[in-house]
Amino acid sequence: MTSVHELMDYAEVIERFDPVLGLEVHVELHTNTKMFCGCANVFGGEPNTQVCPTCLGLPGALPALNGKAVESAIRIGLALNCEIAEWCRFARKNYFYPDMPKNFQTSQYDEPIAYNGYLDVTLDDGSLFRVEIERAHMEEDTGKSLHVGGATGRIHGAEHSLLDYNRAGVPLIEIVTKTISGTGERAPEVARAYVTALRDLLKALDVSDVRMDQGSLRCDANVSLMAKDATEFGTRTETKNVNSLRSVERAVRFEMTRQAAVLVAGGKVTQETRHFDESTGSTSPGRTKETAEDYRYFPEPDLVPIAPSREWVEELRGTLPELPWERRKRVQQEWSLTDAELRDLVNAGAVDLVAATVDAGVTPAEARSWWVAYLTKEANNRGVELSELAITPVQIARVIGLVNSGELTNKLAREVVTGVLDGEGEPEAVIEARGLKVVSDDSALEKAVDEALAAQPDVAAKIRDGKVAAAGAIVGAVMKATKGQADAKRVRELIIARCS
Amino acid sequence: MPSISRDEVAHLARLARLAVTDDELDLFAGQLDVILQSVATVGDIATADIPPTSHAVPLTNVFREDVVRPSLGQQQALAGAPAAEDGRFRVPRILGEEA
Repeated sequence: MTSVHELMDYAEVIERFDPVLGLEVHVELHTNTKMFCGCANVFGGEPNTQVCPTCLGLPGALPALNGKAVESAIRIGLALNCEIAEWCRFARKNYFYPDMPKNFQTSQYDEPIAYNGYLDVTLDDGSLFRVEIERAHMEEDTGKSLHVGGATGRIHGAEHSLLDYNRAGVPLIEIVTKTISGTGERAPEVARAYVTALRDLLKALDVSDVRMDQGSLRCDANVSLMAKDATEFGTRTETKNVNSLRSVERAVRFEMTRQAAVLVAGGKVTQETRHFDESTGSTSPGRTKETAEDYRYFPEPDLVPIAPSREWVEELRGTLPELPWERRKRVQQEWSLTDAELRDLVNAGAVDLVAATVDAGVTPAEARSWWVAYLTKEANNRGVELSELAITPVQIARVIGLVNSGELTNKLAREVVTGVLDGEGEPEAVIEARGLKVVSDDSALEKAVDEALAAQPDVAAKIRDGKVAAAGAIVGAVMKATKGQADAKRVRELIIARCS
Repeated sequence: MPSISRDEVAHLARLARLAVTDDELDLFAGQLDVILQSVATVGDIATADIPPTSHAVPLTNVFREDVVRPSLGQQQALAGAPAAEDGRFRVPRILGEEA
């Protein structure tokens, strides 16, 4: 569906309104099994092969709570500086929709397992913004629908739908922020930075694959605008289907400019769910929201309450790994980075990659120069995340090692890396196949040096007169003659030796 | 004053996707009222020192080990489905509920 939107210029939006955000993030845990049954929790299986009477909602089937999922929920809560409930229950959220075979979702309602926390997120300029966390609660994922017959694969015009319940019952943690205000023009950036920080945190906790492209991390963005002189919040919309970090930023920005245009034209923002379209960067209206009481929540009678003992909570606190911001502080010290260098490293998403490369035996400066400077550009060119590049920290460390030993020049090393990224195999195989060894045979180099000196007798004379700086021209000629496969330092040595 | 109105019964019937006739609404509203009033007598005994009970057994923290157990096969899973296609449950198109 395409619809034309009136949009307000962003600067004008900021002049006239204050944006207010609320972010809901759903994260699928990567436990071995589902939340309430022993079906495998694996992405991408053949449809309806990871299902059983419990997750299909067949009559008489009873849920059995996955202890590991509760443990993960508590660890997430602790990492988000939340209080952990001393006692809480599951509830049934009743509604009919084909992706929910039980006709209710087992969720937590007014007794979330974790509540009242915060996450400090780093913005692009290195400053911190504290996002307050309202709650993190446990629930289960729904099945996946495939709409057949519609032109776009969406529900409009679809003749029927096909359901795969492999995902139904996968453990889900919903993390809800408190109202985020006071961001001004940085609202879209704060939204992206928050989801990024949350993703890094969940990754460090090793509780989820956090793959936005596969739906294991999903963000719903609530956006509203307050006129500068207003005392009450404006009407909000909730944008779903925001499937990448960049989209989080774009969706918030789009809603701000759309709502502002509606408001200044004298219109009202409709409270509704909207759908983000990655290709156009715009949102369109979706399902009208049922009010809370229509879900007829009630305590789940088939699951007993959860009462995590304080001993257990403290034990789990002890299992928290070094959290991303602690890690950043540590690497900044250990690698002697300036604030700007650390920021570049973090923005490039390269902290873990550089650390792993350092572990493989190179210096932090060498590892950083490859990941932050060169590979980040390659990732951009190839339209993938840095971590998705088809090269490992160990391979990069090996290439750096070959440069250090003089077997590769920097230029050749980049070609080797390109070969690895293009799927040509291990660095050594690329060197072999592309013939990228440095010409280290002195007699071959001497021949090239002699030729270059003969071709530029005036330069040769200068060098003989002791003007060593003039050797650069000869080095350049030799490098050209050897197609860059010579070690410039060695060439220079040979030139000086020849001319003295 | 009945404890449930005819309109509330109609609303609940709609949420539960039950087709209830006007006559049935009158009938069920009356019957449900009797049930709710009877249950409400519990409130006469409940005092501040008796917390609401949602579970009859005094158990907490009943957890399952995170160990995979065999699932149904696709054919078995779909055996009871009114319609299936491409290994999936086939359902009528979903109207007016989500775009």
